[in-house]
Amino acid sequence: MTSPSTGSRAGFLRMHPDGTASYGSRVLGSVLLVAIALFLLVALVTSPPDTSEADAMGDLVRIMYVHVPVAIACYTAFLVTALASAMYLWKRTEGWDALAAASAEVGVVFTALTLATGSIWGHTTWGTWWEWDPRLTSTALMFVMYLGYLALRRAVIDPVSRAKQSAILGLVAFVNVPIVHFSVDWWRSLHQKATISRFDPAIEGQKLFALMFGMVLALLAYAWLMLHRFRLQWAEAQVEAKGLDVALAERRAEARADSDPIPEGVNS
Amino acid sequence: MLRDARLVVGKDLRLEWRSRVTISQLLPFALLVLVLFAFALDPDREILAEATPGLFWLAVLFSTLLAIQRAFAVETVDGIVDALRLSGLDPAGIFLGKAAGIALHLLVVEVALGVGVTVMYGTSPSGPLLLVCTALAATAGLAAAGSLYGVLAAGLRVRDTLLPILWLPVVAPVLLAATEAFAAAYDQASGAGWRWCGLLAAFALLYSLIGIFAFEPLLEES
Repeated sequence: MTSPSTGSRAGFLRMHPDGTASYGSRVLGSVLLVAIALFLLVALVTSPPDTSEADAMGDLVRIMYVHVPVAIACYTAFLVTALASAMYLWKRTEGWDALAAASAEVGVVFTALTLATGSIWGHTTWGTWWEWDPRLTSTALMFVMYLGYLALRRAVIDPVSRAKQSAILGLVAFVNVPIVHFSVDWWRSLHQKATISRFDPAIEGQKLFALMFGMVLALLAYAWLMLHRFRLQWAEAQVEAKGLDVALAERRAEARADSDPIPEGVNS
Repeated sequence: MLRDARLVVGKDLRLEWRSRVTISQLLPFALLVLVLFAFALDPDREILAEATPGLFWLAVLFSTLLAIQRAFAVETVDGIVDALRLSGLDPAGIFLGKAAGIALHLLVVEVALGVGVTVMYGTSPSGPLLLVCTALAATAGLAAAGSLYGVLAAGLRVRDTLLPILWLPVVAPVLLAATEAFAAAYDQASGAGWRWCGLLAAFALLYSLIGIFAFEPLLEES
């Protein structure tokens, strides 16, 4: 990967020298803001409540238009982290590492949103903020797993070691997601009470439109956050590398200053 | 690879034999956890007996953390990691050796814990074949994942705090599966138990494979 921000490259992706925004990200951000307003109108006002069956969700179905899209965005983010990790291990270029790091962080934010919206939905449906629902439980574990990934990134100081170790962890964590999901699913299916209503009402017409709209928006929001986060990560890596160069130059200058006037009587 | 693994296991066991850290620290710790569980859950025998499988594996999990930290603490002092890398041993062999060392320590702890829960929690074990298979498969999985994450965290200054947050979510399925399998064995309903046991074996196999391939680059960085 090449630098996303070479100053000489004019056009859509050229960044402001003091920030992470570019013309492209500003346009995307503005479109996103307008689209979110429209989405809220569709999701909260114009789409009908769920009345398809006896145990239908009513107005509660509206939380799905946010919950399912952010859940999909968080899986997308972790998939991108895993792919970027694999690419890093193959190519060993820092751009892939920055992409993996940025995507994991954005993914954690979306996972938190997934948990929060799921919990709010659970509160009104089950009467409790937390139920040992397989999906909630495995999402919570995934959340902790990627917090660990971010913790590892903060713990390793050497950039090359950090990139390599986090790339391996990013891959292993992603492999672990289905294992956790499968085992928790199996675990709860043995105990699950039949009265707990499932999170899959019949979706069609306007409701389907609202859900699809939400998904597009969540993925666009992911892309917008990624643009900024990736550029920040890249800039951090540049500063880190520059800081190392500066420190090296300083030590060299010190060494030269020490060794230049060779004291008499000392043979080195 | 297997010869190198045997060498590493032999070294770790010799270290253990001379220092007796497992005997003098890990076993008392595991038994202490059993006592603490009884304090936390009111030593009303009904609750403890009912929760025995979960408490047993939770105690094993905590002990494993200590065993992993110990297994890699002995490698990180005095630049031993560099010596290991220069020794010409196959990294996959080192991984298997470390994992086998941790597994052997854990088996000793599990036997002690098994006696502990039988005596202290008043549970009578049943379904011995399922119990043994589950214990072996779960131990292999814990040790393989532990060896992998142990070397990942080994070179870091924050390893003692980082290891639990990295490793525990990964082995959460092992806790789940082993607990369910033990519960099935205790209830003499071994049908579901064998399925969980299969999951444990698959987990152990998967993490052994990951470790065999990922250990070399991780060892380079630790």
